[in-house]
Amino acid sequence: MQDDKKRYVIPGDVITTGPYRPDQNVTLDGNRIIATVIGISEISDDGVRVIPLTGMYIPKSSDLVIGKVVSHTSLSWEVDINSCYVGILPAADVFGRDFSAHADELTSKLDKGDLIAARIVNFDRTRDPLITIADRELGKIESGTLIKISPSKVPRLIGKRGSMIQTVEMATHAVITIGQNGLIVVSCDDSNGLLKAIKAIRMIEEEAHMANLTDKVKEMLESR
Amino acid sequence: MGGRESTLVLLDKNGIRCDGRKIDEPRKIMIKAGVLKNADGSAYIEFGDNKIIAGVFGPRDVHPKHLSNTDTGILRCRYHMSPFSVTERKNPAPSRREIEISKVIKEALLPSLMLEKFPRTVVDVFIEVLQADGGSRCAAIDAASVALADAGIPMRDMVCACAAGKVADTIVLDVNNEEDQAGQADMPVGYMPNLNKVTLLQLDGVLTRDEYKKCIDTAIGGCKLVYQIQKKALTDKFFENGGNQ
Repeated sequence: MQDDKKRYVIPGDVITTGPYRPDQNVTLDGNRIIATVIGISEISDDGVRVIPLTGMYIPKSSDLVIGKVVSHTSLSWEVDINSCYVGILPAADVFGRDFSAHADELTSKLDKGDLIAARIVNFDRTRDPLITIADRELGKIESGTLIKISPSKVPRLIGKRGSMIQTVEMATHAVITIGQNGLIVVSCDDSNGLLKAIKAIRMIEEEAHMANLTDKVKEMLESR
Repeated sequence: MGGRESTLVLLDKNGIRCDGRKIDEPRKIMIKAGVLKNADGSAYIEFGDNKIIAGVFGPRDVHPKHLSNTDTGILRCRYHMSPFSVTERKNPAPSRREIEISKVIKEALLPSLMLEKFPRTVVDVFIEVLQADGGSRCAAIDAASVALADAGIPMRDMVCACAAGKVADTIVLDVNNEEDQAGQADMPVGYMPNLNKVTLLQLDGVLTRDEYKKCIDTAIGGCKLVYQIQKKALTDKFFENGGNQ
């Protein structure tokens, strides 16, 4: 990791002083680009960024998240998406355009405690994130095992173009739904496969910063 | 001038202080990051005989809601001394001194945090002094800063703090409890090393202009030493194999 482009940084570390564009998790002080979180700095043609190794999930438009319904008003559900903001799921999204607050009972579709796979539609500083479940792979999750990992490790779990997660899915025949917010649902008919998939996910979380992780995971999955 | 009468020799003729240190030598400092499982970020510091643990939660929803700010996140800080942290049992209720130190620590940490990224949220910092020995506010800031970085809260820079003071007419680095009680001045300084900015400056005692300048330089020198230890604590936790710093 000791090349010029990638470096381990902590808040306050000066990454570079060149004429680069500050991207994620960096700040500009004069002409110095400074890291603002613990992570790995990357300098590319279009800017400087730091991939965080810790931290909370910050909602981003079009992210797939897994959330738990915590309460509802007469017009919308509030969903805990493992972030500092609650997700707002409007009732019209589930009941359709002819939703009426008198006639339709929200709890008939989604109740407190239900898990849902949702997508973030819109999020800005002024309002809580708006989410939707109106898509093919979205909606209420009926079964599976819920695992929570650090949201900063999610990209590693998915791997380059999904390579890591495909490896795990192929080896265990499990279906794994990954929320960008660090919540993961694993379902598998075979209990051995389920345990193995969970073990693999835990291993990826713990060793996210290691090189050659895909090979290690493969090795673990193939043993026994 | 100043200081209490005492039979203790604070500085002998060889320039050795009452606990065997040289005038520009800090106490032994050890920091460990990520010691608590349930907090979002945490750190433990041993600063001489000070033993302090800091836990950070957030950014999270503000309760009570009226405290929230739609423009920016807010920081709340609680400095608390355990009943067993001092020789005579300390009443666990927050004292006047603890409330003041909580405020001072909050204001020392705030310039480093980029809370404007998280409007309507709060970051809570809880500092528990397990064992106190002069200079606990500096040690608390050091631990809190590591805990905040551990929690992944965006920061412009780390905050490190160290005190300097005047003992037996000499400017010394990092005053301990005895020196604080019997010495002539105590000056805790909070500092952001990469931005070269001071975030905390207090002074208890009387100094001449030259002494003041020397004292602040000495304290900043101490802060830079602390920074290396903070850096090591975070590097050890996150990049244990192959960290390049």
